[in-house]
This record gives sequence, structure tokens and C-alpha cells, in this order.
Amino acid sequence: MSLRGAAAVVGVAEVPPKRTTPGVSTLDMIARTAAAAVRDAGLEPGAVDGLLVGPQVGETPQHVPATVAEYLGLRPRFADLVDLGGATGAGMVWRAAAAVAAGMCTTALCVLGNVRGETQPRSPNRNPIREFDVPYGGSGANQAYAMVATRHMAEFGTTAEQLARIPVFERANAQLNPDAVFHGRPLTVADVLASPMVVEPLHLLEAVMPCGGGAAVVVTGARHARRARHAPVLLRGAGERVTHRALSQAPELTTSPLAAAIADAYTMAGAGPGDLDLLSLYDCYSIMLAVTLEDAGLCPKGAVGPWLADHDFSHRGDLPCNPHGGQLACGQADLAGGMAHVVEAVRQLRGTAGERQVHGPSLALVTGNGATMSEETALVLEAAS
Amino acid sequence: MTGTDRAGGANGPAGRGGTGGTGSTGGASVPGKPGKPGPTPVPASEPFWAAARRGELLLQRCRGCGRHQHYPRVLCAHCWSEDLEWVRAGGRARVWTYTVVHRPGHPAWAEDVPYLLAIVELAEGPRLLTNLVRVDPAEAYVGMAVRAEFAPRGDTALVRFAPDV
Repeated sequence: MSLRGAAAVVGVAEVPPKRTTPGVSTLDMIARTAAAAVRDAGLEPGAVDGLLVGPQVGETPQHVPATVAEYLGLRPRFADLVDLGGATGAGMVWRAAAAVAAGMCTTALCVLGNVRGETQPRSPNRNPIREFDVPYGGSGANQAYAMVATRHMAEFGTTAEQLARIPVFERANAQLNPDAVFHGRPLTVADVLASPMVVEPLHLLEAVMPCGGGAAVVVTGARHARRARHAPVLLRGAGERVTHRALSQAPELTTSPLAAAIADAYTMAGAGPGDLDLLSLYDCYSIMLAVTLEDAGLCPKGAVGPWLADHDFSHRGDLPCNPHGGQLACGQADLAGGMAHVVEAVRQLRGTAGERQVHGPSLALVTGNGATMSEETALVLEAAS
Repeated sequence: MTGTDRAGGANGPAGRGGTGGTGSTGGASVPGKPGKPGPTPVPASEPFWAAARRGELLLQRCRGCGRHQHYPRVLCAHCWSEDLEWVRAGGRARVWTYTVVHRPGHPAWAEDVPYLLAIVELAEGPRLLTNLVRVDPAEAYVGMAVRAEFAPRGDTALVRFAPDV
């Protein structure tokens, strides 16, 4: 059984990322985001009989689906936790479609939300990365992505100036998205290179700003979806790989497991890179988006540096990519940041993206990426004809 | 060479904030500042850290498929055989990738910047995250030949790498 065309996204919602979210609990954030997505689908709460949620580190360590179901007054026939870091949102979509296709539920709500205060608690990890990496000063994601960038530069001659084009085009796109944290603040390559060096070779403006916020989608069977309030967006292909947690254990540094996940998604969709009208690609750092553009087959491996200068990634360009500005310009609301790439693709494929609407897109590639090129999900989404 | 000195100081034996093999994040020697977290051994990795304390770099080698692995596990990550033996590694490695940290992810390293983090590939195959020492950050490069050495941290020692000259 293939999931191709089996299910559709019929509702989406976002609580746009903000640097801090005072006076809101995680469950409050999840509930408001969930309700907005179900309203967007034109459904009553009682129509939701599937629920997918994400981890809530430190707050609800166990029983997250039950806790969220109880808060929302839902009694789902299918409930689960998806724990794939930045790939959680995309990973939820195909899992929801699989549950629908298997008859385990009719309509699944996939919701992610987080809050953010002035200070963040430290990770309580007791695992190999804590044992073998943290004692060397190797904490956090910045250093790991920097080491991916170092290797890309060493193997292929990619330069800091070339990578800086990524946050620059994303900021330019975000000027048409009033919800973006950096709306009203465009950037130049010189600005990126003049921003503080965080972990060489990555500058501050090549890394996402951590935020609080929420994002949710509602998935239902393709037949059911035709009666939805908005034009449904069909799942046409999906692929996934999970390979490692610590970067030292990664199979490779300059090709991500997304390459295989995307290839699987293309195969299921019966499509390839040349068929895409829209890219909604995970972008926690400049280098992650660069590697993904290569791994999606849009440019040859290693060639992304010079290739970036030859394309227009705006909503009117030859290769629209993250027209909302991506996470680099919108801010990253933890796991909801990955789901925001699904939400933007759905809005674009529906034709409801407003000022930044891409002209008549029918096929989109969405990627999610967790840890450091570790948890990788690709979706091909299609506008219902 | 200030970078070298600082990188060396990051894990030096002076005991600033070393917290011991239990991995407690407490035990700061400077009041109000967090100590550097030490390793958090589990039964499968105890021999590795015990050897590090003696200045030896141990790897697991699988008697089933012949491959080495790091970090230590109860089975071979390649063939799942539990027939593993400890072997002493030569200590020679090449830099697989590296970064110079200016803003550390953990506050205990705030005064050590800039310092060099690297993933090195041992001659035996496994890779590990480490610090490069006695290397000017501007002189580090992918493929650089390096050699293991040990620096006390709490009741064990960290394995770090210096130029193999």
C-alpha cells in the first residue's frame, strides 16, 4: 500500500514565533494552535479522532498524548507521540496519513507548540552525547552545524559569502510576511558577515533565533477532504531516515540522510526535482538549507555555493524557496518551526498565501531535519486539481 | 598562540570546575559559576574511562566482524555480536572536521573561548568528538594528522588531540 494520494491536509494554523511568550503554558499554546487548525478545516472538535503530539522536555516527560487529549476534551481512536526533532512536523503528516489509510482514525490533528521564557533550562540528558561530547565543550546544535559547514567548505570550496546568501534571500522573502520575527528588517551579505562569529564558520545571522509559538495541521482521508472548507492539499510522497544522534556517528558530513528520504518521496510521488513549483525546506542554519538544496537534486553535490547566485528564490523567482522567510527569518518555535514549513506549503498550494503567493503552484517539496542531519523527513505535497 | 594556550586551558589539569566521573554539573571551584560537566560512565563504558585515567585509549573490537567501534556498547553496532574485546588504539587520527567555538553551548566554557572542537577519525576507523590542543585555530585544517593525549578531568581523563609531529 502506498500513501500516495491517500490523505490530505485540510486545516492549518500557526501561532507565529515570538522571542518570549509570557503568561502562556505549553498546553495553552498547544490548545490554541490546535483549535485554530480545526477551525481552519471547518470542522467541529468532535470530528477529530486522531492525535499526534510532540515531546515536552521537562514539562510532561510521559503521557503527552493523553495529557493533550484531556486538555482538549478529545477521546481519540489513535494517539501517538512523534519525536523527530525538527522533522517531527513532517513526520506527523505521513504518520497521520498512514493511520487514516489503515482505518485507525478518520481525521488526525497534528499539533506542536512551545513556550519560551527569558532563560532556558539545561537538558537533563544522560546518554552517549552527554557522556562523550558535552565534557569537551561540545554542547548544543551550533557547534555541530559549524562542523558540517567546515567540511563542506574544505571539500568543495564553499565560501562564507556564498552561504550568507541564504539568510539574505530568506529575510527578503520575509518582508512579505508580517508574522515573521524579522519582518521589516532585510539583510545584506555584508550584514551577515559582520554579525558576531558564533562557531566558525557560522555567524550569528546564519542561525535561527529560538522562539515560542505553535503550528498544527489537520489530516483526513482524500475522499473526506473534498468536502473540506479549503482546497485540500494531498500527500503525494513521503520518505524518512533516522541515522545517528551525535555528529561523530553520522554516516557522512556533506550529504545528509535527507538525500535518501527525498529520493523515496520522489519515487512515491512519481516526481522529481524538475517537477517542483515550491520548496519549503528546513533551514535551522544556512548550511542545512545549502546541503538540502543539493540533496534534493536541485544542484550537483558540492556546487551549491556558486549555484545560489544563479537563482531567484522569491515567490516570483525561478525556484521559490521558503516564501514565508523560513525559520531563519520567522524565528524557530522549537518543533513547531519544522511544522511551519508544512503550513507554508499548504497555504501556497491552496493559493491563500496573500502577498507572497507563488503563481499557481501544484507540487511542493517539504523537508524536516532533526538533531544534526539525524532525523530526516521529506514530503511531496500536491494541490488538489 | 593565545588560542593554543586557551584551548589547552579548557581541559587542563588545574581543576577549574572539574566535577568527576559521576558527571555532576555541580562542584564549581568558582562560586556561582557552573563546573565543567565530566563524563557520565555507564557499565559498558567504565573500562574506557578507567583506561583513559591511565593514559590509554581503548576501543572495542568485534570478534564477529573484526570492526572497531566507539563509543562502547554492549554489542557491535555493525553485526550485533556481543563478542567484543577491548584493544588499545594507536592514538593516531585525522581531523574529519572542526570548529572554533566563540560562543559555547555550555556556560562553563565561557572563559575558554576561542577553543577548538573537532571530530577526529582514528586510524582504526571510529570517530570521536574531542578538543584539539597546541593548535592555533587559524592553523587547523580538515585532514590534519593528530595524536591522542590525556588531560585529567575529575576522577578520569579526557582524550584530546595534538598535532602528530
